[in-house]
Amino acid sequence: MNFEFLFSNLPQLTIGGLAFGAIYALIALGYTMVYGVLQLINFAHSEVFMYGTFAMLWTVMALGGADAGGIKLVAILIAALFSAMAMSAIIALLLERVAYRPLIKKDAPRLIALISAIGASFVLAELMGLRDRIAGWFGLDDNLSEYVGKARINNSMAGVLDAPRWKIGNVTISSIDVLVIVAAVGMMILLDQFVRRSRLGKGIRATSQDPETAALMGVNPTRTIQLTFLIGGLMAGIAAFLYMLKIETTKFDVGFLLGVKAFTAAVLGGIGNLRGALLGGLVLGVAETWGSALFGTEWRHVVAFVLLVVILLFRPTGLLGESLGKARA
Amino acid sequence: MSKIKQRFVALPKPVKILLWVLLALFAYALPLLEPPIISTPGVDFGGVLFVVTMYCLVAIGLNIVVGYAGLLDLGYVGFYAIGAYTAAVLTSFHAHWPLLLAIPVAVVVTTISGVLLGAPTLRVRGDYLAIVTLGFGEIIRLVAVNSEWLNQRKGISDIARPPSIGGQEGLFEIPHLFWGDGTVLVDTKDTTQFLVFGVLDQIPYYWLGLTVVIVMLFADRLIKNSRVGRAWEATREDEDAAELMGVPTFKFKLLAFATGAFVGGLAGSLYASRQNFINPDSFLLLYSILFLAAVVVGGQGNRWGVLVGAILVAYLPQRFREFDDFRVLAFGLALVLLATLRPEGLFPPRRTVRAKHLEQELEELEEGAGGEESARV
Repeated sequence: MNFEFLFSNLPQLTIGGLAFGAIYALIALGYTMVYGVLQLINFAHSEVFMYGTFAMLWTVMALGGADAGGIKLVAILIAALFSAMAMSAIIALLLERVAYRPLIKKDAPRLIALISAIGASFVLAELMGLRDRIAGWFGLDDNLSEYVGKARINNSMAGVLDAPRWKIGNVTISSIDVLVIVAAVGMMILLDQFVRRSRLGKGIRATSQDPETAALMGVNPTRTIQLTFLIGGLMAGIAAFLYMLKIETTKFDVGFLLGVKAFTAAVLGGIGNLRGALLGGLVLGVAETWGSALFGTEWRHVVAFVLLVVILLFRPTGLLGESLGKARA
Repeated sequence: MSKIKQRFVALPKPVKILLWVLLALFAYALPLLEPPIISTPGVDFGGVLFVVTMYCLVAIGLNIVVGYAGLLDLGYVGFYAIGAYTAAVLTSFHAHWPLLLAIPVAVVVTTISGVLLGAPTLRVRGDYLAIVTLGFGEIIRLVAVNSEWLNQRKGISDIARPPSIGGQEGLFEIPHLFWGDGTVLVDTKDTTQFLVFGVLDQIPYYWLGLTVVIVMLFADRLIKNSRVGRAWEATREDEDAAELMGVPTFKFKLLAFATGAFVGGLAGSLYASRQNFINPDSFLLLYSILFLAAVVVGGQGNRWGVLVGAILVAYLPQRFREFDDFRVLAFGLALVLLATLRPEGLFPPRRTVRAKHLEQELEELEEGAGGEESARV
């Protein structure tokens, strides 16, 4: 146990952990909202995120982000943000249409929906991991080699962004970490207000409280489910953008571990609860970073899961409880 | 389908037993027959069949947890890993016990770990349990990755094999069949020694695995039809009602967890012995998902259904090796299709089918004879 290291680097570690946690929180939203409305674990949400990271990467590559600077770079990054959001939203809606709606219509057992989602997750990840072969069928692998090559290994956009680091006293803070935290918390507040105040948000809350009564009151259940998938997708897109700014590399299976972590965050905060997702994500991120400072980086994931088990033992419905349907969501 | 079943049920008991025995004999002889369409080109057929039996064993165990007791377990591979690592540590890495002594210890250790995990976590319900067990499975693997006592990522090799019967040469040799163009020959050069657990020939391991599966099927049948099995089903259907009826639900859930762990540990230790080498990568979270897929695809709660599911999940990817890179893709597609086309699983248990019918009848009564689907949606 390396207490000295932890305490001497506490500010940096905390900010880095919060940045990770913010990304977890944004992905966790997709899990938590779908769970709130449908009571099922959207296992394929991690792939929604993964497609977002690739959309971001490809946009930066296509627009020549590597040699751009100043205003042009900012414009490229904004374009990348929107393409990541669009890509993730499209995948999320597709997922709802193909893997979930037929099951909801048939009133299938909940476990089978999990299997369907797992299947969809495999398909989406493998399509990305085999993109060189698939492009080869159409004879496009030469023209697109920049994009479809390296299908099974890390794809990096390192060096595009040379972000400034601020020094306060003897503490160095990466501006990207700060950007990630601010953006994620801002989006969460926006979304929270949207669900709380808007008509559509009221529809989501009504459906998650009591789908049948909500339908009788004129809330279209299919539309509402679509809307939750759409919001989850958009948030995953933002998370993908921020993740790529921070980590700069992605891979076809990057979604898996992040998805598990994000779901853990959602459960930690109380699944179905938007504020819970934010809190759960931040707590998880900080605990992980502190834990890896204390026990060594190889124990990072163990710390996360042990924390989950311990918290669920004492608060079986998560830190803030389940409450998308309740008034305080 | 149901007609065949009815006819089978109507047969006199001796005939039924005879049919079962014939089926079992066929299963034992399968790797010797090497029938052309079924056998796997490019991969050792006996090895594939051994893996299939391991999946069957795991599916039987997980079916107790998920199918009978209704506890969603996403970390089942953790028990498999504990069984395998215990056998490995006892027979090779820290001691040199014979395998037959190590397996019971491995099974007991796994069962205890099941109780230790279950006692605190079974108080959380439903999906929370799923994520806690998922975390448990990952913790086990990561501990194996990180602890030197388990040799980290390098893994443990030289795990003991089961003792051979009849020394190095075995008692006698059994020839395989050879399928030429339209002719079937007995190939006297390609033989399996009875009963040598060696390096190359994997068929004896398959026989061992199959025997364990058959024993477990009998045990499963007994326990399902006992008071315990009924208590599990009552807990699954409605926990509060079961508790009110005097079923100590927590105890029975714990028992289900421990029984599942028992079978998982047994499968894990057998797997370690056959594989001769294990490392943490043999116990990825992916396998938990594959095991669960086997149970759900086949029809959770139905013993034969989950066997079929296990066979499909373990065998199909090996059979279609020529599509190597596209295996996972095809598997994922198959899962989505299966789920959307047959949401109850391939072979749902009779109770589920009956309940579904009843529900439909009730609904029709409520909505009147003209109650159409569209009126409801």
